[in-house]
Amino acid sequence: MRLLREAWYILLGFLEMMGACGLFLVRLIRYTPHALRRPTLIFQQIFNIGAMSLVLIMVSGLFVGMVLGLQGFNTLNKFAATSALGTLVALSLLRELGPVMTALLYAGRAGTALTSEIGLMRATEQLAGMEMMAVDPVRRIVVPRFLAGVISMPLLVGIFNAVGILGGYWLGVIHMHVDQGSFWSDIHTRVDLRDDFFSGVAKSFVFGVAATLIAVFEGYYAQPTAEGVSRATTRTVVNSAVAVLALDFLLTALMF
Amino acid sequence: MKQTRTIEIVTGAFIVLGFVALYIVATSATNIGAYGENKGYTVSAEFNNIGGLKPRAAVTMAGVAIGRVTDIRLDPKSFNALVSIQIDGRFNQIPDDSTASILTSGLLGENYIGIDAGGSDKFLKQGSGIQYTQSALVLEKLIGQFFSKAAEPGSK
Repeated sequence: MRLLREAWYILLGFLEMMGACGLFLVRLIRYTPHALRRPTLIFQQIFNIGAMSLVLIMVSGLFVGMVLGLQGFNTLNKFAATSALGTLVALSLLRELGPVMTALLYAGRAGTALTSEIGLMRATEQLAGMEMMAVDPVRRIVVPRFLAGVISMPLLVGIFNAVGILGGYWLGVIHMHVDQGSFWSDIHTRVDLRDDFFSGVAKSFVFGVAATLIAVFEGYYAQPTAEGVSRATTRTVVNSAVAVLALDFLLTALMF
Repeated sequence: MKQTRTIEIVTGAFIVLGFVALYIVATSATNIGAYGENKGYTVSAEFNNIGGLKPRAAVTMAGVAIGRVTDIRLDPKSFNALVSIQIDGRFNQIPDDSTASILTSGLLGENYIGIDAGGSDKFLKQGSGIQYTQSALVLEKLIGQFFSKAAEPGSK
């Protein structure tokens, strides 16, 4: 009986969080036209969120591409089908690994920074100070960061994919001597622009909205203490990862 | 002032790099070329059995890709498969008595349509139909035929 009641409270808490998150998203979208009139704020945040994640994304993309090249080569070699290596690398990256890995790395690199920054602003009463000056902190602080995240994510995914394919190419063609022509021509015939490329971009856009929303939401509603901010930062990583993977399943089931 | 300028430059570089990366992946790692070839003409062909042919499958002549399968439907009267083929406008001198057959690339590869030129001096044009067609070879049927032949008494 007690177990049931615990489960009930957990369910209620989950629903409450989902609802609050959804309402926050509506609020952010409503302020978006207003924020677009001050693009400088957004560009500054694109620097913080996107440009600063660049090195991490490129290095990770390279390694993921190389691992795909190596694993794919070992498996395809058993079936004498190494000419399909390019397709394997490109399809895995464009459809799945690119958006998902980038979103997870993004949650760790940029999401935590957003949460702790906004959370500390709350803890040091900067947000309250803004409200005193009749400046809405959601408009001034949260919306530009949210938009910057949403803009940055597809760009980061594009860079991740490009570097990843290069990594796969480097390993497959230069190290394992897969034929260069069949590597590319197989990609050109089998990777579809609409079904594979654009659905990957759509995925990355959705992940960008979800991961950034969770980050700014946790930051904005963090307990204004040192412990509260640290807990909010942890929750950002955990919730973003779970949300991204769940959304990934949902989108894959819908689109493919 | 110096610092904000650096930030602006790096941000701009990031955005440009992101779009360039997306563009490169879209153009050099997908079949984007297949989307451009909408200039051309459409012909239709009726097959008894198309095997595993799918929309967007290749149409070749002497191994050279000349078009794509755009649509596959079932004729409600004859229960045959109606296949619409879009042929690139450059190949506008295909005799109208050519034969279309459904072939398989490799032993386990995918199906495509191969066109063998006929001898007529009239050419296929928008809306015309290919009369002579050859259905796909279905491996199971072939094996079945082989066994029923072998089991026939007095065959050998």
